[in-house]
This record gives sequence, C-alpha cells and structure tokens, in this order.
Amino acid sequence: MATQVFKIPESLRDNVKYSFCPGCDHGVAVRLVAEVIDELGIRENSILVASIGCSVTTYDFLNVDSLEAPHGRALAEATGVKRAQPDKVVFTYQGDGDFASIGLAESMHSALRGEKLTAICINNTTYGMTGGQLGPTTLLGQVTTTSPTGRNLEYYGYPIKIAEHIALCDGTAFSARVSLDSVANIRKAKQAIKKAFEVQIHGLGFGFVEILSTCPTNWKMTPDKAHTRVREEMMPIFKPGIYKDITIN
Amino acid sequence: MSYITINGDKCKACYLCINECPKKLIKISDKTNNLGNHIVEFEDPEHQCLACAMCATRCPDLAITGVYKDK
Repeated sequence: MATQVFKIPESLRDNVKYSFCPGCDHGVAVRLVAEVIDELGIRENSILVASIGCSVTTYDFLNVDSLEAPHGRALAEATGVKRAQPDKVVFTYQGDGDFASIGLAESMHSALRGEKLTAICINNTTYGMTGGQLGPTTLLGQVTTTSPTGRNLEYYGYPIKIAEHIALCDGTAFSARVSLDSVANIRKAKQAIKKAFEVQIHGLGFGFVEILSTCPTNWKMTPDKAHTRVREEMMPIFKPGIYKDITIN
Repeated sequence: MSYITINGDKCKACYLCINECPKKLIKISDKTNNLGNHIVEFEDPEHQCLACAMCATRCPDLAITGVYKDK
C-alpha cells in the first residue's frame, strides 16, 4: 500500500489550470501560498486581495474569498478589509511593479502603520504581463524592451531592494527574501511564507515575503537557464535571507 | 513500489522536472496534449523512484498531481 507524499493543495480550485507561461515560477509561488493556507487551516477565514500584473488572475486559482485592487493599491484595499473584519486573515499577492513602483507609497505606509497584513511580492526584475519593460527591480545592465541597451545607472538609477526597505519600517514584524531557483530554496520559501502568515494571525504586525522568480518569456531564456540567471545574476544583488523577524529574541 | 502520477493536459513542456529527478526517470514523450506540447512521461522499470517529490515541488503547473511512496 503506497502512501501519498505529495498532493495538490485543497486551497487551490478543483482541476485548476494556470494561465502562466511555461516554466514561470508564479505557479510554484501560488501553490506554496495554497499549501501554507492548508497547513494553517485558515481557508474559510482568509481574504485575498489580488493585484494587477501576471498576479491578476490569482483569484481564479486560490479557493478563498477574494477582491481585485486597482494597480498598486492592493495593500490600501487590504487595510480597509482588515480594519472592517479584524478577525479575518487578509493577504495580498503582488508583483514587483505593482508593489514597488506604482504601489510603493501604499506598500511602505502599510508597513509603517504596522497593519496586520501579509504581503507576498514576486520579483522577476521586469514587467512581465505588459511585455517585459524596465521595472523598479530591473538589474543594472539588464536589457528590457524599454532599455534596449541595458539599464543605465546615470539615466535610470539603481534597482530597489524591497525586503530591506520593508524591514526598516517599525511596523514590520517579518520581512524576508526567498528564491525559487532550486527545490531546497522552494522549501525555505514555504517556511518564510508560513511565518509571514503566522505574524498576522498572532497580531504582531506586517508580514512580508519577496520571492525571486523567473520570467522565461521576457528574459528570452529557457526555464532552466532562467533559474541559472536567478542564481548567478539576481541572488548576488538581491541576497536571500530574513531581514527582520521580531519573534526572534 | 513508489511512483508519480502526471496529468498530461496540464503539462506546458518546460521540462524542469527532467533535470530535477535524481534517478532520471522522467523523459519527453512522443505523445502530445491538446496544447500541442510533447508532454513528459514517467518510466521506472527497475523501481528506482525514491518518492522524493522533487519533480512535483519543481513543477510550476501542477502537472505532477501525486507522489506515492511505498511503505
């Protein structure tokens, strides 16, 4: 008799088919969120605020109550939901362009106010859905459709390191950056996502996880090469790690 | 005997699972699904599968729907 050691999480809708491109790590990230919701037993009590970008269709995949926010305003909307229904677990699932470009004010001030929210941010160094334009996290020298000669420091400035900035906010309870480039790092990512939900459930403050992800279509790479790029080019600059955790000490 | 189950309709042919398997038991099939992709298939004639679930953890599209470990 064989025992099942892996199954599709119950928090995903039945027979779900992702709309992501082949090899995109968004699928892994959504599955990890679903696994964490299953493990914490909060599916009936959770509210998702989806954002704009490739993350826009998250509400089609996760079997939880959900809302759609205008571009960048997911955490502002989540703040309203949480204040109206403080006993619910409210979380957002956003991309880097949504979280750190158009929505930077909303995101930073949610952390500064110490809202009891969980924010998951996918960092793939580009605007994936609209065709691979230069985003706030685009690496120096990276070629995108709006920086055809590579990101130029004098013209565009430096990429933002989101997890470090959120960790500096006093209202933040947990801030971490994780990567999905290998199976070992996927398992670490799940632990970080779980922690970000737990700090909210215990009312400690703002929980944040930045996930380094791939965009094989806009990077014009095979999915396997895209993971190598995450390891060799992104991880030395966006260093994975836990930047703030008030439950330690 | 440990084994995995694959839903070919969900496979988008990224082939990440092929590199992930430590025993190299997953390979590209001649069959195609309704997306026109050559899907992956699991072949384990010598019962080498460890049920480590690394393929399923890696798969971004939930095409590997179950991993079963023999007691």
